[in-house]
Amino acid sequence: MEFKRLTLFAGHYGSGKTNIALNYARALNRDHNNVVIADLDIVNPYFRTKDSEAALKAEGIGLIVSEFANSNLDVPAMPKEIYALVDDRSQLGVLDIGGDDRGALALGRYTPAIAEENNYEMLLVVNMYRPLTRTADDTIEVLREIEEACRLPFTAIVNNSNLGPLTTAQTVLSSIPYAQEISRKTGLPVKMTCAKEDLCPSLAGQVENLFPLSLQKLYYQIDSEVPYGETDV
Amino acid sequence: MQEKVLMKGNEAIAEAAILAGCRHYFGYPITPQTEVAAYMSKKMPKIGGTFLQAESEIAAINMVYGVSATGKRVMTSSSSPGIALKCEGISYLAGSDLPALILNVQRGGPGLGGIQPSQSDYFLATRGPGHGDFHVIVLAPASVQEMADLTLKAFELGEKYRMPVMLLADGTMGQMMEPVALPEPTEIDPTPKSWAATGTNCEREHNIVNSLYLSPDELERTNIERFERYAAIERDEPMWEEFMMDDAEICVVSTGITARVSRNAIVEARKQGIKVGMLRPITLWPFPKKALQAAAEKVKAFVSVELNMGQMKEDVELAIRCTKPVSLCYRVGGMIQTPDEVLEAIKKANEGGQE
Repeated sequence: MEFKRLTLFAGHYGSGKTNIALNYARALNRDHNNVVIADLDIVNPYFRTKDSEAALKAEGIGLIVSEFANSNLDVPAMPKEIYALVDDRSQLGVLDIGGDDRGALALGRYTPAIAEENNYEMLLVVNMYRPLTRTADDTIEVLREIEEACRLPFTAIVNNSNLGPLTTAQTVLSSIPYAQEISRKTGLPVKMTCAKEDLCPSLAGQVENLFPLSLQKLYYQIDSEVPYGETDV
Repeated sequence: MQEKVLMKGNEAIAEAAILAGCRHYFGYPITPQTEVAAYMSKKMPKIGGTFLQAESEIAAINMVYGVSATGKRVMTSSSSPGIALKCEGISYLAGSDLPALILNVQRGGPGLGGIQPSQSDYFLATRGPGHGDFHVIVLAPASVQEMADLTLKAFELGEKYRMPVMLLADGTMGQMMEPVALPEPTEIDPTPKSWAATGTNCEREHNIVNSLYLSPDELERTNIERFERYAAIERDEPMWEEFMMDDAEICVVSTGITARVSRNAIVEARKQGIKVGMLRPITLWPFPKKALQAAAEKVKAFVSVELNMGQMKEDVELAIRCTKPVSLCYRVGGMIQTPDEVLEAIKKANEGGQE
């Protein structure tokens, strides 16, 4: 897998940035030292990289996260260590950016340094099963809003189209033309297509640059063996 | 039903409200429901609707009051501290017999509390959120699909009974993502409501929207008539879901995220030979008393699983007239029970519930 010193995941909120960032950091960590994941999300109150803090520590992956993440305080403060990650070129950084233009705004203060070093990939995570990014054009609108907010242009697309627990191989395959249309209209390549690990065997050979995902464990458990019925109301 | 999409609970409510014909949203941002306002701010201008970020929660609920008086579908949303601010306006809506959808994505309290999930506004919602004798219908979703379905139901019930409806979700329900099939768009009848203040064109008697009664007799009569309507709601509208209750000896009562966690605990307890089921209230007011009374005939004990210090447990005890023991399994402060914690509570009830 080709990579740059800094890899940034941005996109519509709920597109899967955090899970992909965690998996990407783990993939880098297999062959490289000094891998650090930085949580720049100032908009999402729950389901953060911090939920994986203990696991990352055990694997030797650094985590930079607001000291207020997962606390009861709603302060959109950025951890000071992000400056060190941007400046210290011996580290490999994976940056999890907050959703939409609102979330990407926080990236702006680091943009001049990142652009000057010019050793980064800015990746747009897309999911065609999210209602506000159902079409290529709607997704490109989100892309432009994010670029305007953080002033760092995207370099490639990550297709993470999924329907949560209902995702099948076909769900992923059906999204390929959507990702290709975004690519054609923006000139950005599709760097990879993500799928849950268990779906990858049935997708192998059909999808280029397949990237297997192991999903972050939620802090509560709701997936019982008895499927959750649709209540008649 | 439309094709399935992946949505956050907060987004599902916003989109379902739009599909239900709601074109007026007034709110003020607060975690963990801000995505509702964010979604509305993106969508409403594109469909000719109104999104307005008010200067405060109090202003927002009074804007809701104004739109509702014209008979249009209208909503506001907030989280616990913001809902407390809206209570004065909710009382005025109830006193003027007006429908409105009020979404409360609960966080921890009291006071500023915290931003993590909670179910601690149970009393606030079910006892009438505001001054005076009144109720609002309270609906408690337990999945993103239900967030959408109950939004539509809330508008229908509100108009049927001309009263505010509160959708009472916990923070997790607002933030979690699940596949959802959105409802088809509702056709709204363009004829103005018979009671709406829409301008008379000098062709009919004018309608008055008001909660002030100069004559004490009239105010008493209005209150009594309103409570006759409430009695009909308590008779006709309770909703609940039963899970593995057929042969159950222990009955878990829970809503929202804790009902989801409890299902895991119940499945595990069944593997260990404990006959346990769950009765999940979907309407918290009207509370499904009859269903609980029927359960009390069969089971030896109840376990109320909540994200508060035991507010719903009181309603369970009241419904069954304390004929069976009701124990409490709770977490507060933003924590959620693990299935193991609920399982322990079930085991305890199973061992000690036969008094």
